Amino acid sequence: MIGSRRLGRIALRGVAGFALAFILMPLVLVAWLSFFRQEIPSFPPEGYSLRWFPTILDNRSFVSGLWLSIRVSVVATALGLAFALPASLALVRAGLRLSGAFSTLLLLPLVVPGVVMGAAIYVGELEMELATEWPMLGSTMGLILAHTLIVIPWAVRLLVASLSGVNITIEEAAKNLGATPWTTFRRVTLPAIRPGIVAGALFGFVTSFGNLEVSLFLVGPGNTTLPIAILQYLEWKIDPTVAAVSMVQITLIAVAMLVTDRFVKLSRVV
Amino acid sequence: MAQLELIDVSKQYGNVVTVRDFTLDVADGEFTVLLGPSGCGKTTTLRMIAGFVEPSGGEIRLGGRDVTNDPPWRRNTGMVFQNYALFPHLTVAGNVAFGLEMRKVERAEREARALEALRMVRLDQYAERYPRQLSGGQQQRVALARALAIRPDVLLLDEPLSNLDAKLREEVRVEIRQLQRQLGLTAIMVTHDQEEALTVADRLVVMDNGEIKQVGSQRDLYERPADRFVAGFVGRNTFLPGRVVAPGAFESAGGLPVTFTDGPGPGPAVLAVRPESIHIAPAEAEANVFDGEVEFVTYLGPVLEVHVRLTPADKVIVHVPNRVGTRVDMGERIRIGWARESSMVFAGEA
Repeated sequence: MIGSRRLGRIALRGVAGFALAFILMPLVLVAWLSFFRQEIPSFPPEGYSLRWFPTILDNRSFVSGLWLSIRVSVVATALGLAFALPASLALVRAGLRLSGAFSTLLLLPLVVPGVVMGAAIYVGELEMELATEWPMLGSTMGLILAHTLIVIPWAVRLLVASLSGVNITIEEAAKNLGATPWTTFRRVTLPAIRPGIVAGALFGFVTSFGNLEVSLFLVGPGNTTLPIAILQYLEWKIDPTVAAVSMVQITLIAVAMLVTDRFVKLSRVV
Repeated sequence: MAQLELIDVSKQYGNVVTVRDFTLDVADGEFTVLLGPSGCGKTTTLRMIAGFVEPSGGEIRLGGRDVTNDPPWRRNTGMVFQNYALFPHLTVAGNVAFGLEMRKVERAEREARALEALRMVRLDQYAERYPRQLSGGQQQRVALARALAIRPDVLLLDEPLSNLDAKLREEVRVEIRQLQRQLGLTAIMVTHDQEEALTVADRLVVMDNGEIKQVGSQRDLYERPADRFVAGFVGRNTFLPGRVVAPGAFESAGGLPVTFTDGPGPGPAVLAVRPESIHIAPAEAEANVFDGEVEFVTYLGPVLEVHVRLTPADKVIVHVPNRVGTRVDMGERIRIGWARESSMVFAGEA
């Protein structure tokens, strides 16, 4: 049995390499495709060009979709954090009897399939619209509210993890030194959980930005998010513009992650 | 004048009484230690003084002012926590200046006073570092400086040394004591470590089950323990169950007649004798002299700890000074004895 251990190591590396390649394949293919010169994607490529990137700007639904996606995700992330922060504080600090049940409830949107959630929100917003005569469906507001639901579980998860790691005695120390509860929160608790806030915001933003299933039910004519604009485009055409616009989306998210990682080591909070 | 007064303070959680009728006056500049086993209510008492725990009854007065219903941030107490509790996102100087900032002390004075407090604990050269860059002992000294910087009415120390290793513990303990003396601070420390308590305190308060068992100096507690609990908790003792048969006469369960000076009247009782009070080969004139067999010997260095079986029911522990040529062997028959004044007798069943 000479080298059986070494054999095992080689096998492990092989499997790991295969898994990594499998994960990266779509990314690599999309990136490759976005530089193809010909209009109909076929292999091998006839040549390479950057011409598909400027054509994104010619497509109104891509530009307005990107802009709407950014707006919705940013506002939904902010709103989601505004809900998640007090909720997490209550879960970790208040010592509620049902805090286990509550935290499961708050994480539920992660478990419910997106399509189911989208349909449910659709019905909900429809009912609200009928009751209040406020235009909800197809409005940016309706979309933002739904995306807030997407952000909350991520934000709660990361904030709770972060808060649990904060030693409660530093809050007592602050109060002992003369800080009111509000000052204690602002000057001691908040800085201590900043990594959790940043990570929660990032994950909420990324999930919201890439969401297709929930948004599908809620967008209106002329008011679509980028993933939906891409889907609609694909129904008619398969040219590398789609790959190019996907690259823009991927790059945006990657940059957000890299920037975040400079302030907070993501591997430490997730 | 009493700097801190606790009057009939108690704390009850549901049906569980954690602290019962705690009454204590702490004089200005006095170092008081609350000593007791874990769960005796000493930490709860300290937290009531700081304002983190609301008393169920009684009154707390600080510097002559009733603070019973004041929240922690309106009492001028300086607390040092067991786990240091430094703010990780602030520098050492920022930590120490925090309390002054809360008191709206202006920047220049704040910085000067923070640096002065750091100088007191000899850490002024670390002002710009972050807590995680310091050792445990240094962190606890920063915490001490932070508590001192606000010039508190009372310094509260919650097991401040128990996270430190033995050598640092000694160092920080001396530091705390010196600063407290030098600044004339009123201080209260909570600990379960009796050696720690004995070395720093002006006065000790022994607690058990939420009640004060005895208040006194080291000598009081050691030589005149108020009850069986204190006799067992402070220093070592051998306990022999039995009964008082006549004034000054105790009879052990094994039938040994022991004489004592102060103690309870006839009835069930327990005799306590300190290991160092018992001599081997005593003068015949000694009051309590008995023959026994050496059951066990432990070599402790300065003394030999000898377990002597006197009767099937009675065994005592004797500390024999380890002088040149001292030898005690297992199985040896020896004669031991102690003075009448060394017998401490407490009423009650064993």
